[in-house]
Amino acid sequence: MSILIDKNTRLLVQGITGNEGMFHTRQMVAYGTQVVAGVTPGKGGEWVLDGKIPVFDSVRIAVEATGANTSVIFVPARFATDAIFEAADAAIPLIVCITEGIPVQDMMRVRNYLDQKKCRLVGPNCPGLLSPGQSKVGIIPGDISVPGNVGIVSRSGTLTYEVLYALKLRRIGVSTCVGIGGDPINGTNFIDVLAMFEDDPHTEQVVLIGEIGGTDEEKAAEFIASRMTKPVVGFIAGQTAPPGKRMGHAGAIIEGGSGLAKDKIRALQDAGAKVARHPEEIPDLLTKI
Amino acid sequence: MKLHEYQSKQLFARYGIPIPKGRVASTAQEAKQIAEELGGKVVIKSQVLVGGRGKAGGIRLAKNPTEAEELATQILSMEIKGLPVRKVLVDEAANISSEIYLGITNDRAARKPVIMASAAGGVDIEEVARVSPEKIVKVHIDPLLGLRDYQARDVAAGIDLPRDHWKNFIAITHGLWKVYTECDATLAEINPLVITAENQLIALDGKMIIDDNALFRHPEFSEMRDLDAEAPSEIEARKYGLSFIKLDGDIGCMVNGAGLAMTTMDIIKLFGGNPANFLDIGGGANADKVAAAFRIILSDPNVKAVLLNVFGGITRCDEVAHGIVAAMQEVKPKVPMVVRLVGTNAEEGREILATAQMITAETLVDAAQKAVAASKGAIQ
Repeated sequence: MSILIDKNTRLLVQGITGNEGMFHTRQMVAYGTQVVAGVTPGKGGEWVLDGKIPVFDSVRIAVEATGANTSVIFVPARFATDAIFEAADAAIPLIVCITEGIPVQDMMRVRNYLDQKKCRLVGPNCPGLLSPGQSKVGIIPGDISVPGNVGIVSRSGTLTYEVLYALKLRRIGVSTCVGIGGDPINGTNFIDVLAMFEDDPHTEQVVLIGEIGGTDEEKAAEFIASRMTKPVVGFIAGQTAPPGKRMGHAGAIIEGGSGLAKDKIRALQDAGAKVARHPEEIPDLLTKI
Repeated sequence: MKLHEYQSKQLFARYGIPIPKGRVASTAQEAKQIAEELGGKVVIKSQVLVGGRGKAGGIRLAKNPTEAEELATQILSMEIKGLPVRKVLVDEAANISSEIYLGITNDRAARKPVIMASAAGGVDIEEVARVSPEKIVKVHIDPLLGLRDYQARDVAAGIDLPRDHWKNFIAITHGLWKVYTECDATLAEINPLVITAENQLIALDGKMIIDDNALFRHPEFSEMRDLDAEAPSEIEARKYGLSFIKLDGDIGCMVNGAGLAMTTMDIIKLFGGNPANFLDIGGGANADKVAAAFRIILSDPNVKAVLLNVFGGITRCDEVAHGIVAAMQEVKPKVPMVVRLVGTNAEEGREILATAQMITAETLVDAAQKAVAASKGAIQ
């Protein structure tokens, strides 16, 4: 009933002993996620969460000891790039980076390195993933969504929570929600996730939440037109955003006439997706399909 | 963060890129003195962070030190596109024989840096890209390998640069790559790179934009920031870690999360109103941050109503509501406040806010309609 994460996910938390890492580890464990290890260099040998989770000095050692198959990164921006490289070199197949504020040249190096490896990065600057009823990796509140057949992919955080919650109120459930993050260079883009939803037998329709900046929504539209058989409902934030200004997310910026909301909306509509004027229309467009 | 021309060119020089002799001046007397030191003709160039300085009369040629002083006096009293000219760069005038464009930027779609060059330099490169894209040569660089010599040669050949300039051009391209990577730039641009009558290559004008997310590695840049180019409210917001952008409308917005903040602006517009700002207060929503956000929004005299839209996930809505009430008691806003709380414990949150005389809304549509009505004086 999901993509990328499910009840077999064995999660490693990089930066587990920090404030954010500890807080969200507690939330993820309470949700039922199998958190099998933590990594904080210099704190190997300690145990956290009432002695339930072992802490290791390195990702490699943690993987050898626990068989972790997914990592979530909560370390500050200046150390996050190194944390991603470390997880990739330990051959973790899925790396989820929550950290905001990683320099863009670092991310270009990370992305070009990961393209040569067999691992997938989700994020950075993202809320992570949620497969309702099975597993949550990251910071998406667990109680705002129920299991079901709608796949969600989004560049945003709280805007995604809005949509999850609006769907829950209408008793519409979700297979997996993937936050791909608000940075200009990320590990996983819309097309990657759309392809996984298309192949997932339990996902019946997809919600795509985009925003101004870049051309990933336009590429997603091409993919929808040429490859998707499942219906897609889209929403694009930032129609009133002024050009040349970064709207909170590092990637949300209209540059040189590129990245406009209206171009993305038109591309999605031309590809046959229904585009909501505001988030509260999304459940209507889904149920009408 | 944008750097001024003189700051960019100083960095270029540090990386071996030849620049004209010259210095920056804050007064006309200084400009005159620099012109005397340089001798001969000089160019007086306004240092403001906007394009179109030349067209606005902010770049002038002076034949002698006396004229340099006169022109500097004029330029230093100018405003260009709303920005005051506080400094002028006084550069030795060059005898230009041809102008080249050379820049490095991040190609988001390719996820790699890209070198762009054109024999049609000295003009707006975006205009060239639009009208005659075939005149621009693009070479992508592997960020793990860095710039290779052959790539710099490809650029030189691509713009039909005469072979006797290749050696210097390749050195300049390497210098530009180094300054782009070592300074964490998102743009490093020489426009124009000129070939002089004396057959020299010189970076006549320069522009750099530094990645704000990388400033922790470059403390030296924080002193170079030009606050004139930002609204005072935006500078104030940065102190509190708030992401704020001033707009022209009359409905102040306070939202947690960037995507939701944009969506809130959009829905205000959809229902006939105009947002006064973009504001992301981030997670948590503690009273201090909310109070700072209120003060910044309300410092704009155009604001006739405020819309708070907060999704309470891990921070529950009742906690957020307590934060808002505490902030209201501190700031005492005089305009109508519409608030929408949604998510965990929304009901409890709304009850707390209703006692604080705020207009509450349940849905986003309802909130937008109420905020638009409040901004037009229809409800209070």
